[in-house]
Amino acid sequence: MLIQQLVNGLTLGAVYTLIALSFSLVMGILGVLNLAIAELFMLGGYFGFAVLMAQLPLPLALIAGMAGAALVAAIVERIGYQPFRAAPVVTPMLSTLGFSIILQNVATNVWGSDPLQLTDEVLSGRFNIGPVSVSAIQLTVLGVTVLLVALLAFLVQRTSIGRALRAVAENRDVARLLGVPAGRITLIAFMLSGALAGAAGVLIGVHYAAITPYIGVEIGLKAIAVMVVGGTTRIWGALIAGPLMGVVEVMTVAYGGSQIRDFVVYGFMILILLLRPQGLLGGGRSDQGQRV
Amino acid sequence: MNSTAPARLKLDHVTKTFGGVHALTDLSLQVAPGQIVGVIGPNGAGKTTTFNVITGAYRATSGSVLLDGHDVTAEPSHRIARAGIMRTFQNIRLFSDMSVWEHLLVAQPHAGSFARRLLPTRFSNPKAIERAEEVLEFFALGDVRNRLARSLPYGLQRKVEMARAVTARPKLLLLDEPVAGMNHDEAETIRSLMLRLRQDGLSILLIEHDMAFVMNLCDHLYVLDFGVLIAQGRPEEIRLNPAVLDAYLGRAA
Repeated sequence: MLIQQLVNGLTLGAVYTLIALSFSLVMGILGVLNLAIAELFMLGGYFGFAVLMAQLPLPLALIAGMAGAALVAAIVERIGYQPFRAAPVVTPMLSTLGFSIILQNVATNVWGSDPLQLTDEVLSGRFNIGPVSVSAIQLTVLGVTVLLVALLAFLVQRTSIGRALRAVAENRDVARLLGVPAGRITLIAFMLSGALAGAAGVLIGVHYAAITPYIGVEIGLKAIAVMVVGGTTRIWGALIAGPLMGVVEVMTVAYGGSQIRDFVVYGFMILILLLRPQGLLGGGRSDQGQRV
Repeated sequence: MNSTAPARLKLDHVTKTFGGVHALTDLSLQVAPGQIVGVIGPNGAGKTTTFNVITGAYRATSGSVLLDGHDVTAEPSHRIARAGIMRTFQNIRLFSDMSVWEHLLVAQPHAGSFARRLLPTRFSNPKAIERAEEVLEFFALGDVRNRLARSLPYGLQRKVEMARAVTARPKLLLLDEPVAGMNHDEAETIRSLMLRLRQDGLSILLIEHDMAFVMNLCDHLYVLDFGVLIAQGRPEEIRLNPAVLDAYLGRAA
């Protein structure tokens, strides 16, 4: 029972990890909380569903969810962030909040406010490992997450684009003086972030076999708590915080009841803010706040 | 200086004001190809402001900045960098999570197509790797290539910053106090590196307080005081210029 819950928690945690990485990619580089990410996650799910309902395979649905969300992220960057770059950070945050509400509204109008159900099972089958039963979908969620995280790590650490991203994140002015086109790098960061959120949307949609326009608020926003717990200045904090929060949440539901679920998750976030504001992985206290 | 060839760098009547304060007033200066030119003056004279205007970090209030005859005054700083102007900083600004080697790669952001820049540099971009190796050897940084640049001793950090600036093969190198805080031997190393870079045709404009260093190295000097050019000429001329003596010694006395 306990191990079974652990597996369920890790599956949820995998999705949190992806969305939290999505948040912290933009946060780490620009110091801006892109609130529209929660809805990019939701839209990614719908894009993926559209592909699945056309009887196309899951990998295609993933690609569609990622590409679609990345495209919308690019629009958010050009309209909701770029014009406000010189403004205080709260201004782009408010504009992305506006985007977030609009996107949810668009989804409600296009797909309706009732949950959209997957009629055919995308992946069937379960694997029994001792007393633990893992569904093929759970394995897929975990596998795709690990793959995407590895790809992202690789991109950030080993490629030209990744180096430029890190340079802009640490010091935008110096990066530009080295010839790094910071504006374009910012756009790329938004799109990468969108692609991650979109993938998470497809995965959670497939996992629940259903999606609603409100999933962004329910699950997407929780990833902000995950990011805070991991440490907002350390992108990779989400790798620990995501699984942790997923497990905490599932255990809370299993042993405490679902009515206190959000209380525990967000309470944990506030506790971290109070006791260790730099997050679990953050370095010294000086690590919090300004990074760019 | 050959008068028919356009100057590598030309500042033409540049003025920069912040609010009502004149940081630079009507400054004109030139650097010829392969020349080492010094900008000297007391603190607050406008030397670093000059660098900031040249690199596009500040926009000149009036006047223009020309690189090889092309007006770059209104260009954004990443374009100016790409056009061939690179700089170092008075207070070293290296990236905290990058090795020496990575600093030489990040300084080549345009090497390769976009698709290649999404692949691991080592396999996708042999030219960038080759150039980084070349620079590493030139600056004798091979032993510390995999060390985090920020963990190195101060003198080496300065060298890494200079190496980073040179990697993209700029036409003009701006050095902001390249030997500040260095001992004599370290300063000598930097001096010989600068001379070798000049041999390769690089033009260098430097800010430096170490007078002996400047006098021994520069082909031409500009002296600023309160944002105004008060003297210019060859080092031996500047040494005896009464206005310069007054700006330095008069203030100190």
